[in-house]
Amino acid sequence: MSKVKQAKRPLTQSERHTRMVNRLWLLLSLVVALVVLYILSIGKKTGRSFPFLFPIGDRPSVYEGLQTMLKRNALWSDLGSSLISVAMGFSLGFITALPMAFLMAWYTPVRKIIEPWINFIRNIPALAYSPLIVIMLGVGRAPSVVLIWICTFMTMCITIFHGIRNIDNTLVKAARVLGANDVDIFFRITLPATVPFILTAVRLGLSAGLTTLLAAESTGAQAGLGMRIMTLKGTFETDAMLGYIIIIGIIGTLLNTFVDIIEGRLTSWQEKREGA
Amino acid sequence: MAGEAGRRVKIQIKNVKKEYHGDHGTTVALNGVNLDIMENEFICVVGPSGCGKSTLLNVLAGLHEASSGECYLDGEPIHGTDVKRGVVFQQYALFPWQSVLKNVMFGPQMKRLPKAECEAIARKYIKMVGLEDFEDSYPKELSGGMKQRVAIARAYANNPEVLLMDEPFGALDAQTRAQLQTELLKTWEEEQKTCFFITHDVDEAVLLAQRVVIMSARPGRIKRVVDIDIPYPRDQSTKSDPHFMELKAEIWNEVYQEYLEVRK
Repeated sequence: MSKVKQAKRPLTQSERHTRMVNRLWLLLSLVVALVVLYILSIGKKTGRSFPFLFPIGDRPSVYEGLQTMLKRNALWSDLGSSLISVAMGFSLGFITALPMAFLMAWYTPVRKIIEPWINFIRNIPALAYSPLIVIMLGVGRAPSVVLIWICTFMTMCITIFHGIRNIDNTLVKAARVLGANDVDIFFRITLPATVPFILTAVRLGLSAGLTTLLAAESTGAQAGLGMRIMTLKGTFETDAMLGYIIIIGIIGTLLNTFVDIIEGRLTSWQEKREGA
Repeated sequence: MAGEAGRRVKIQIKNVKKEYHGDHGTTVALNGVNLDIMENEFICVVGPSGCGKSTLLNVLAGLHEASSGECYLDGEPIHGTDVKRGVVFQQYALFPWQSVLKNVMFGPQMKRLPKAECEAIARKYIKMVGLEDFEDSYPKELSGGMKQRVAIARAYANNPEVLLMDEPFGALDAQTRAQLQTELLKTWEEEQKTCFFITHDVDEAVLLAQRVVIMSARPGRIKRVVDIDIPYPRDQSTKSDPHFMELKAEIWNEVYQEYLEVRK
């Protein structure tokens, strides 16, 4: 047996230094954002839309807004509902996009027929056709899930498809002359070579899922972050609204970080062009 | 091994023609190519770029089919790839997601040999190219020369009867190239195999080969075959041999003429 996998080595001095500097930058950027938000919150007009995070004096704040939503028993059910819709829509999108991308890469007729339409629909805002889905499926979770499914499917399908097409053909040739058959080539070359693109697709798909949330919940949803934001519009409760918007941002950041971690695990073999 | 056994024809290339049909009409990459390669012979092919050297190698590897004519290995027509014919590519073509050991194990694994045996074979050839300390490294951690050593070990691990090499040292710096040439010569002298080696470096061709095949361009055909009657073992010092320089000058001139033809 070979002892595979590099053991996690301790960080060097310079790496620790880089990490600390990066954290300081992050902190600074957070401070800048808080300052900007504070300035907005004390402006006469801007303050209406952008309350500060915490109560200062008797001005409304995001914190209080979210407290109110908790008291109304809305916050957790909205969060849960949206997460379920995104998870379901994204999962369906992923399970369908992966095989479709391979079919498009392998069979020209499939590509010729499907690709133009994916590109056509991809450029239409989901909000535009969301009523059609609601009219078809009725109110409830189904139209939200289907809408997120459509959007995540298109993004991921195209991304993975281009990834498969860009596989270095020399690797396939090399495997072939070493005696690999079609099945070997799929599992030992095509699949591992596609992993980086699948991860990029997941990243873009999750982002597409979240951005579609508003459209998905715009009509007929019972709960949800997107649906609530639309409702709060009617009562001018910008404090809670901003809180919800920030929550969507936080979910996106967390999901992205999660994909980063998986990516580091699965694709450490890749030649990295070292960035700043 | 070299003398007697080397006189049997290993590969026959018979009247091979290869055309490519592109958007701008038909390109004839090879036309009327005939060559017999002996068992355990080291053949180098030189010629200006675009003369069809790589096309010929791809046809021999079974990666491309000839438009007409036929190639034979031990009298059997060549169709499709086969583990009897190993290939080393210029761009190394290592699987970047696998360690050196796993890369070299790939061929034996495709033969469905038991894992322990695959590893033993792989280790033997990794040792042969002097990379035993890098078994667990990934290709991205290796220099160009080391990558090509792994690729050579990977080709050898399949124990092919014929090694087809497509400008394997073309992307390496001069010193690494010299070192790998020496290593390849030594390996070939020890473990004789039929070698079909493409290069644009005339020095390299004369140093390695028993016969140098000069190709002409448009359409690619064999212009001349030169016997390199310099005894083995050879090494880098062979390059200062007067006869080496004579042969080199002669071949270089022919190749240069062809290059000028292409440039017209």
